[in-house]
Amino acid sequence: MSDLRPGETLFALHDVEVRFGQVPALRGATLSIGAGERVALIGANGSGKSTLLRLLHGLVPHASGAMLQRAPRSRQAMLFQRPHMLRASVATNVALALWLRGGGWRAARDAAHEALGRVGLAELAARNARTLSGGQQQRLALARAWALHPEVLLLDEPTASLDPTAKREVEALIAEAAAGRTLIFASHNLGQVKRLATRVVYLEQGRVVADLPVHDFFHGPLPEAAHLFVKGELA
Amino acid sequence: MNTFTDSVTAAAHLIASADPVLLAIVGRSLAVSATSCVLACGVGLLLGAWLAVARFKGRAVVLAVLNTFLALPSVVVGLVIYLLLSRSGPLGFLGWLFSFKAMVLAQTVLVLPMVTALTRQVIEDADRGHGEQLRSLGARPLLRSLLIAADERYALITVLIAAFGRAVSEVGAVMVVGGNIDGFTRVMTTAIALETSKGDLPLAVALGIVLLLVVLVLNLAIAALRGWRERADGGVAEAMRGGQIA
Repeated sequence: MSDLRPGETLFALHDVEVRFGQVPALRGATLSIGAGERVALIGANGSGKSTLLRLLHGLVPHASGAMLQRAPRSRQAMLFQRPHMLRASVATNVALALWLRGGGWRAARDAAHEALGRVGLAELAARNARTLSGGQQQRLALARAWALHPEVLLLDEPTASLDPTAKREVEALIAEAAAGRTLIFASHNLGQVKRLATRVVYLEQGRVVADLPVHDFFHGPLPEAAHLFVKGELA
Repeated sequence: MNTFTDSVTAAAHLIASADPVLLAIVGRSLAVSATSCVLACGVGLLLGAWLAVARFKGRAVVLAVLNTFLALPSVVVGLVIYLLLSRSGPLGFLGWLFSFKAMVLAQTVLVLPMVTALTRQVIEDADRGHGEQLRSLGARPLLRSLLIAADERYALITVLIAAFGRAVSEVGAVMVVGGNIDGFTRVMTTAIALETSKGDLPLAVALGIVLLLVVLVLNLAIAALRGWRERADGGVAEAMRGGQIA
């Protein structure tokens, strides 16, 4: 596990810019995230939340600025909004993730069954993962992430496409999985942000415009766009 | 009765009686095309998987050439292989001209671009869709590509079936490099061409019917595969998402 003390800097971004072709997705982002923090990234669609997560996970390069990353991708796990499952059994999908990180196949299978048990999918271990419902697939993705024992969990709107029941189940599992880890997640669900985060970063058109403890964000003064967003006037 | 009706009746008789000449030609034809497809697929799947994720200078040119080769006329392939295998050619020492091996080589060259280009397209499209998930899990490019290939196996089997269809129905390449030698390099398409020119229409029609049946079976196999795949992992998940399954 982590050799970093709680609060010690894991990620530090200074004036970072990410571009997709000519389109800037992050502009002048300056941010520091410490070990053990629970950071919610919020903002309107296209504000750069997913790009920031992908940047932290090393999936996109930055065009300019400086970035310190003390938790490489191999010590992170990321959940995507719509997790992709290979056309294989539920257990194989988890075991493969472990195998890709360098474990033996037999040990990976054993660990996969253990992780599936934690998310309540042990009975479905032999089922084709593609036949699972959206909520079950997200739980499977969480089991896959959990099995990797990451120091950092990155979640990109993990409950956005789920029904209320599945949303509750997955959120409870996220809270459990995040214990003792750094959690960074993007969400439009402000209730979820209040429940899971200790700090909120608000992005607008690729810029970080507010970075506050969760209590201050919801009860203190905010920039106009963030204020409107919280009031539900922005999509 | 007219020539067409006579020919079809006689052809049906040849097929029903399992005419040995007909069976020999059909068997040879299937053997040549199956062997060439196995070889082309062995190379083409790997090459396509690599091209899907490889990024290098000149890649666009390689892809443009590869896509151009999709429309390669079979007779041109036959001509090039003929020149290579002819006694004065660089591969003349092999002594393969007018042999089974020459026909296999020609059909392999013919379908290799098709397998490679379609494999690359299938994998690259899938990689665009969910390659990030595999990158996130730590899969390096070639391994990621091979995992996607395994995941897209039904689409790739369709590519292989289509490649076999292309190989078994071509006439130009095997005619030029095989020589259409009776009992040796005569395959369905070259026999049809020859028997038609000789006026022996029943055998030509019988071979034509068998060839059509082979292509029909291939198409049915593709349709069955697609249906099976949808039932296996598409329909159930959709039904569950739609609330039709509790």
